[in-house]
Amino acid sequence: MLNQKKFIVSHAPFWHDGSTVTARSYNMIIAALPAVLFGFISYGMPAVGVVSLSISSAIAWELLFNKISKRKISIGDGNAAFIGILFGMLLPATSPWWLVITGTFVAVVIGKQIFGGIGGNPFNPVLIGLAILMVSWKDFFDFNEVLVNYDLGFAMVYPLSALKHLGTSGIDAFNTADLLMGQQSGGIGATFGLGLIIGGIYLIIRGFIRWEISVSFLAGVVITALLFNIVNSAQYAGPVFHLLTGYTLIGAFFLAPEDSSSPVNLIPMLIYGAGAGIMTVLIRNIGAYIDGVVFAILLMNLVNPLLDRIRPKALGKVV
Amino acid sequence: MIKRPFISLAKPRIKYESPDVTLPEPKKIPTSEKVTLLLKEAYELFGKKNAVLLKKDDSVKTGQKLSLYDGSDAYVISSVTGTISSISPFLGEFGCSYTAIAIDVAEDEEMDEQFKALSVEPTMDIAKNYLSFIPGNPPASLFSNGSTSPSIDTIVICGVDSDLLITANQHALISDEKAIRKGVGILKQITGIENIIMAAPEHLMQNAGVSGAQVSVVDTEYPATLPRMIMQNVLGKTVPAGKTCEDMGVCFVSAEAVASIGTAFDQGHIPLFKKFNLIKKDGNSVMISARIGTPVHEIFSACDVTVNEKDRIILGGPMTGSSIYSEHHPIQPDTDAVMIQDGKNLALVSDYPCINCGECIRICPAKIPVNMLVRFLEAGQYEQAAEEYDLYSCVECGLCNFVCVSRMPILHYIKLAKYELGRISTAEATNA
Repeated sequence: MLNQKKFIVSHAPFWHDGSTVTARSYNMIIAALPAVLFGFISYGMPAVGVVSLSISSAIAWELLFNKISKRKISIGDGNAAFIGILFGMLLPATSPWWLVITGTFVAVVIGKQIFGGIGGNPFNPVLIGLAILMVSWKDFFDFNEVLVNYDLGFAMVYPLSALKHLGTSGIDAFNTADLLMGQQSGGIGATFGLGLIIGGIYLIIRGFIRWEISVSFLAGVVITALLFNIVNSAQYAGPVFHLLTGYTLIGAFFLAPEDSSSPVNLIPMLIYGAGAGIMTVLIRNIGAYIDGVVFAILLMNLVNPLLDRIRPKALGKVV
Repeated sequence: MIKRPFISLAKPRIKYESPDVTLPEPKKIPTSEKVTLLLKEAYELFGKKNAVLLKKDDSVKTGQKLSLYDGSDAYVISSVTGTISSISPFLGEFGCSYTAIAIDVAEDEEMDEQFKALSVEPTMDIAKNYLSFIPGNPPASLFSNGSTSPSIDTIVICGVDSDLLITANQHALISDEKAIRKGVGILKQITGIENIIMAAPEHLMQNAGVSGAQVSVVDTEYPATLPRMIMQNVLGKTVPAGKTCEDMGVCFVSAEAVASIGTAFDQGHIPLFKKFNLIKKDGNSVMISARIGTPVHEIFSACDVTVNEKDRIILGGPMTGSSIYSEHHPIQPDTDAVMIQDGKNLALVSDYPCINCGECIRICPAKIPVNMLVRFLEAGQYEQAAEEYDLYSCVECGLCNFVCVSRMPILHYIKLAKYELGRISTAEATNA
């Protein structure tokens, strides 16, 4: 009996469909690439610098925290890199280095790691990082001010601030095709609508994000914007403008469907997405901030645990 | 192994295997030199009042009923003629105690005639006393005779296999039509239950029709053939969480077991050959017929399967089977498949946390909030998991585990939780 062969013994099931967290993260990064590359072409080396620093510092913070908390090194799963690239995409190309590093610290350490790492964060880490920076140093997020030295061959006015200050008369210069093709100022990876839509559709058909959230988010934006537009078309822009400006598309496909901070059951997903979409337009139209995506999604993150209690009755459940 | 498709917008659909239409004769494994029979009773040498009936060097005949203790209900049927070489305790999954009876096979086979005399007139007692260790492994509740609660009023014969890649039951349904018809008749006679339903996939309707039982169609998409799913989809009864199908008066028995019952009373000897699929490393499957108790390494060597260190040997299918640690483990009456996986490409679990991706929620046939459940199970909060997150609704199909991005051992957690809660309630009951 001593020279018996040793076998691997484990519990059923003995099959796995082969999906991994790493593949998931890297596919999300791939989906983000069209929009990021467009940002690089538009804004040149400063944009490359911001995004690269954002990715590398996010990974570095995670590694550092892994070491400090004496946990297994988790940077290999690609989640920190994904947080980094997403965070870089939301920043203007002229962001100073310390802003990027502070932001990724907040995102990775305060947004994710102190809750126990991947899967434990109640809020989207990227948005936590961004929201804290936006509140702390709001001048660096005034796109009109920070991108003033750029001339990319189109009106370098941040569309949403034009809308906020001038009403619909201020946005006559923007047409839908130009907005879709990224002819607008904004975050490095947040302006190229077509690229974000392609990335989003890629993620949806590969099953890496929950399409219900994206679709209901966009539906919430469209319906609310349409209602405002019908009531007062001189002050409030139409739904298409809201869809293609600011952080709407990146929010719908990359920020709102973040795994840990969003619901997983059907009805909660629809409420969550629609709620974030509605809040976005409400903040943009009647709130104090120019863009509402960041706070709208964070707010819905907050109600996510409550929403996810709405769930189908399990098999054979009495009561 | 079924991989995640490139486009995975909807949840994956996993189909059961259909039997080979040419129906090749099962490959017969020659009788091995040593067989081991696992008796479902703990082997305690001390502290047991009843006399031990078996001892080393006793000679046994083929088809002989072997009980360990005087007055005990548990028994095995010897599948060979020979002498007992050892009797030892054996610990199975989740603390199940068995007694392993190893028999050295003699050259000449001698049949035991005890059952033959009795088989002329089938009764419940005969079935209970001789036919619970037959291929297909009929459940104890089938022969309970209404004496124990709960009483059974419906028998469902599974003409389908409960796991992927297995065709043993479907094979029995096609090749043993006559024996199944006889078995159904005997079941009606001895149990007095008229409501016998044959659950079979659509392509086996004709074979199921001749059995004499009512016929119902079962879907061919996993996990439609698990008992609880059949209860809901075929019988229209939902088993309340925490209850068993037997509590609802329904007893599930495999087609192979019914065929074995039919054969036993028809021919006067207890069937000893178990049919099962051997699923090789490349995923190909061969139908095998071997004596109960044959060690699995005999099957591998007969079919030219090389077994290496760090491979994984599984009794049962890829979703619900159980892996074994020794290639000397015997074939049992309920072994529907023997599967071997190459150690180089095993799907192993990880200690990664749940990332809340929602794949399990999409695929769960019982609509359990697996993402929440697994968090409680990881923390050992079994009571809360059972009360608030539907632990007992689980049908144990393993699909959540199959799609888990973090590769958590979800099914293992669930079974462990059920086992631990079971232990707590048993302890409470005995101490009350």
